[in-house]
Amino acid sequence: MPTLSEDPQSFVEIKQINKTFDRIVAVKDVNLNIRKGEIFALLGSSGCGKSTLLRMLAGFETPSSGQILIDGEDMANIPPYLRHVNMMFQSYALFPHMTVEKNVAFGLKQEGTPKNIIKKKVAEALSLVEMQNYGKRSPHQLSGGQRQRVALARILVKSPKLLLLDEPMAALDKKLRVQMQLELVDIIERVGVTCVMVTHDQEEAMTMAWRIAVMNEGSIIQVGTPAEIYEFPHNRFCAEFIGSVNIFSGKIAEEKPDQVVIASHEIENKLLISHGLIGNVGTEVAVAIRPEKIVVSRELPQEDCNWAKGVVKDIVYLGGLSTYHVTLTSGKTVMATQVNINRSTQERFTWDDEAYISWSPQSGVVLSS
Amino acid sequence: MKNPMKKLLRGRDWVIAFPYLWLSFFFLVPFAIVFKISFAELQIARPPYSSLFEYGEEILSIKLNFGNYLFLLTDDLYTNAYISSLKIAFISTFYCLLIGFPMAYGIARSSQAVRNLLLMLIVLPSWTSFLIRIYAWIGILKNNGLINNFLMSLGLITEPLALLNTNTAVYIGTVYAYMPFMILPLFTNLVKHDDALLEAASDLGARPWKSFVSITLPLSLPGIMAGSMLVFIPVVGEFVIPELLGGSETLMIGKVLWQEFFNNRDWPVASAVAIVMLIMLAFPLAIFHHYQSREVL
Repeated sequence: MPTLSEDPQSFVEIKQINKTFDRIVAVKDVNLNIRKGEIFALLGSSGCGKSTLLRMLAGFETPSSGQILIDGEDMANIPPYLRHVNMMFQSYALFPHMTVEKNVAFGLKQEGTPKNIIKKKVAEALSLVEMQNYGKRSPHQLSGGQRQRVALARILVKSPKLLLLDEPMAALDKKLRVQMQLELVDIIERVGVTCVMVTHDQEEAMTMAWRIAVMNEGSIIQVGTPAEIYEFPHNRFCAEFIGSVNIFSGKIAEEKPDQVVIASHEIENKLLISHGLIGNVGTEVAVAIRPEKIVVSRELPQEDCNWAKGVVKDIVYLGGLSTYHVTLTSGKTVMATQVNINRSTQERFTWDDEAYISWSPQSGVVLSS
Repeated sequence: MKNPMKKLLRGRDWVIAFPYLWLSFFFLVPFAIVFKISFAELQIARPPYSSLFEYGEEILSIKLNFGNYLFLLTDDLYTNAYISSLKIAFISTFYCLLIGFPMAYGIARSSQAVRNLLLMLIVLPSWTSFLIRIYAWIGILKNNGLINNFLMSLGLITEPLALLNTNTAVYIGTVYAYMPFMILPLFTNLVKHDDALLEAASDLGARPWKSFVSITLPLSLPGIMAGSMLVFIPVVGEFVIPELLGGSETLMIGKVLWQEFFNNRDWPVASAVAIVMLIMLAFPLAIFHHYQSREVL
């Protein structure tokens, strides 16, 4: 993971952006700062406003209110064809009546670049994406992955200030996706261009982006690095949207220095969390614990909190991992993921086995709502 | 496994055989008859032409008369009529394209509900008889017709414009009558265009007009060709419109054909005129089929 500069220099500033279509709010009070050279993902389910936000950066939609600055320049009233912003479309939108070379040359032609320079730049761009041997082909003779490379070459050849990717992997099959995600990141980082991508696939966002903004119903829920968003979700939506999670609701029972004790009716023992929370005793809170941070064991844990007794109800065996669904005495079912270190199947749990689940005080996260 | 497959194919052959037989009886056989007559000699008889085959004294004699075709070359009337027909068809097609393209584009870009209404409006006039619609144009174009009365009541002109019985009237008639044949194939093409392509062009720095010229226009070429041929081919042989709206200056092959058949009763020459026209149209027909098959793909 590349390190980000200490002083985040905003390259793209999105200030108080709103967008409504026929009284339907698509984007609501969005404020975002995107740093120069980073890969930034807008993550959310369909209809969350992420694509609208991207299209406003490209200039295909006009904000109902608010301001977008790219490299300090106000983008209001600048049409798409005059912005130094280029977008890779979900369908790649390659021109079907032009060869690969002509597709890549299209953008340079619009700038009035001399022919010999176009030729050189097109060749460079195609070799950057390893498509130099496909210049004379037409788009319908290419595979999905090749089309994506051409689409990327077509925008990179313009040396944009800002690169926009709209669901870059949506048109590819699953196996190709993982490979192309890393390749795409590699190319973008080599070029060093600032990139904003839109995706509904959390794995894709976490694989590709340096920072992620999780969106829901037109608003930004949380912005952070993939690890921040996964390990420290601010609220229930983020915790549940990214990865799997167990959530216990309860009340703050006790506040000690650097730690807090929470009582939940869903679990017989108290929950102890050893990091960051400021709240008064009696406040209603929710605690999120990721399945992989929960240990399933036959032995009674020695601590006086952060554990519970239950019965294994379901086992999802995935080869490398197994997820156990343990139903506690309160009736709540908790998911716990264990790495299958031992080949032997004897030590493993089977259905209706009694088991203890436990976790460390660092594992739980208190959610705001 | 093999036998039922064979049976299935045979059944399918029968289905295809029907249109084949239909076309053979009602297109190919009449064409053969016309082709035959074009090599006959004019006779004052019934039918008014000589037969090609004669059998007598154990000798089958075939008499082919190329005179009809040579006659077409010697008389300027026919050459001029062919050229004039092609010219009128070409100009009509051009105007149809000029007016029809923006209309088809507008329809293709409108919302689903509006689109269906507009398409309906394009097709609706065809529900009235073609002949009546052309007659209606006489009422609009004649000296004391709608246009002249309107312009004179505004005081823009003092004397009626000579509109009816001119080539202008023929163009108005053909463009009006054949417009749907231009708009519909163009619409079918344009409605399939992916908006993302235009956005991509704009994103890459192309101004709207440039996007239109470099993306929309080349991609709509199959539609343009299909529509143009659907207008061009029937207009070349058009008879009703030049007859009703055209004047003495209007020379079209459809009219010449009519005169040969019904006024001169020279069936052999008339047949030759028809055959030459058909051969002339084979080329644009081939173009049409070429683009039509591309459109399907």
